[in-house]
Amino acid sequence: MDTYSLLREFADSWVLLAMTLFFVGVIIWAFRPGSAGVHAETASIPFRNEDAPDTPDGAPQTKELQS
Amino acid sequence: MGNYVKLLVLAIITLLAAIAANWGRDIAYVVHAIIIMLVSGSLFLWVLRNTDEPIKPVATDGYMDNVIRAGVVATAFWGVVGFLVGVVIAFQLAFPSLNFEFLQPYGNFGRLRPLHTSAVIFAFGGNALIMSSFYIVQRTCAARLWGGNLSWFVFWGYNLFIVLAATGYLLGATQSKEYAEPEWYVDIWLTIVWVAFLAVYLGTIFNRKEKHIYVANWFLLSFIITVAMLHIVNNLSVPVSIWGSKSVQLFAGVQDAMTQWWYGHNAVGFFLTAGFLGMMYYFVPKQAGRPVYSYKLSIIHFWALIFLYIWAGPHHLHYTALPDWASTLGMVFSIILWMPSWGGMINGLMTLQGAWDKLRTDPIIRMMVISLAFYGMSTFEGPMMSIRAVNSLSHYTDWTIGHVHSGALGWNGMITFSALYFLTPRLWGRAQMHSISAISWHFWLATIGIILYAASMWVTGIMEGLMWREVDANGFLVNSFADTVSAKLPMYIVRGLGGVMYLAGALIMAWNMFMTIKGGVREKALVGVPVQ
Repeated sequence: MDTYSLLREFADSWVLLAMTLFFVGVIIWAFRPGSAGVHAETASIPFRNEDAPDTPDGAPQTKELQS
Repeated sequence: MGNYVKLLVLAIITLLAAIAANWGRDIAYVVHAIIIMLVSGSLFLWVLRNTDEPIKPVATDGYMDNVIRAGVVATAFWGVVGFLVGVVIAFQLAFPSLNFEFLQPYGNFGRLRPLHTSAVIFAFGGNALIMSSFYIVQRTCAARLWGGNLSWFVFWGYNLFIVLAATGYLLGATQSKEYAEPEWYVDIWLTIVWVAFLAVYLGTIFNRKEKHIYVANWFLLSFIITVAMLHIVNNLSVPVSIWGSKSVQLFAGVQDAMTQWWYGHNAVGFFLTAGFLGMMYYFVPKQAGRPVYSYKLSIIHFWALIFLYIWAGPHHLHYTALPDWASTLGMVFSIILWMPSWGGMINGLMTLQGAWDKLRTDPIIRMMVISLAFYGMSTFEGPMMSIRAVNSLSHYTDWTIGHVHSGALGWNGMITFSALYFLTPRLWGRAQMHSISAISWHFWLATIGIILYAASMWVTGIMEGLMWREVDANGFLVNSFADTVSAKLPMYIVRGLGGVMYLAGALIMAWNMFMTIKGGVREKALVGVPVQ
């Protein structure tokens, strides 16, 4: 079997399966129980540390969260 | 010690560039060698002047924003240049006598066209992506840019690439690959700069103080990595001579065509889409003052987009030597791609839920909304045009050009303008832009300009496609090619006027930015004040 046919066979069987499973896994992972809190926390990142990097002692930076 | 190594390296580069300028086999190569010689020679003198001088201490605890300020100015500058060249070539198409005899061959449409595409995509869009990714990655990682002055190398190195590419096109150096025209040594230089860009970006992410990586960084990182991969594979070539600009591609025939459009479509997918979506996922929530509508949707948007986009390239090669299964694959993935694209558009628009009133008062939000609307429109139009039957009408006509411009002017242009309006006051410590009504003027000029552009290209494209396929009762073609050209004149003039309006809007923006940067007392950045 030449290289092209071998790679082609591999690509449209196992690699296709692996990529599909990975993709389905990502979606399930996004909807896993308990993800909502993590996502809310991550989604609020742009509203922290606007002016300066996080300080080593963990003191809160100025925030721009609008009420 | 470090300076002596730098001096040695710069001296060698200057010497080699001088030799190359002497032995160069074509004009583009000689001019490039002279540019490189002057740049590295000046750098040599600059390093020499600073060697063994007392080093001024640099504050390294805050964010590194100087390079972003430079990027903001460069983005606006290249935007105006790129739009201007676009207007010129639009009128050259309408009135061929504008290909002036005394400017031949440099001022010819064929040489100005890649100058326009590269100026808007790589110079305007690329500088926008680099500067905003530097801004976003610092804020969302709560960490200073990694690598010290490496980010300055990225900025100046990338802009040197732009200058080499642009002068090369005018002087006739091209490898004839659309959106990948620069010749071999310019490609090698871009690869070096891009690796430095990746290093700065990844280094900052590794240093982050936030536990999670914000979704904008996922999009921007996928843009950097994928563009590196695309650029290297599509530019595999062997130079004919080390002293000349001409090179020969490693791939040939349909393999070369497929590689080119795998590159070409993913340049759209990862440069003009994923990268700009990274900007969208940061600037839209910031300007609206609300977190993104659904973070879950943004995760699915990301993975679906990168899993699907990479397969869509073959739809550029319907009815060619490419096997049918390959172009069918490209077509099917292009149609599936509609879904994540609209998911992302909905996510961006719904971020404004509860803040829709800002549309009345905030022209920057208005620009973001029109940008997302054009993203949605062109990501519907694209999958439709990728269907083989539709493509048989649209391919090689102006419809394609209209589609590209509704995406580029509408989506990429508008989101970049709104990012510039967001960043300029913050980076220079101003309360707001110099003139808010000028932003409104820009908004309306640009929007009406795009509508004129897209509408005239739909009409002329479909007309052209129908005229080309029209046959009489005996099966003979009814129209000659020149018939379509003369029928297109009115639409070409309308398109040119749309371009003039878009350019006028950009000039107003440049003036507004200049006045903002120059004017008034420097006050503490608005962003530092907590909103009670």
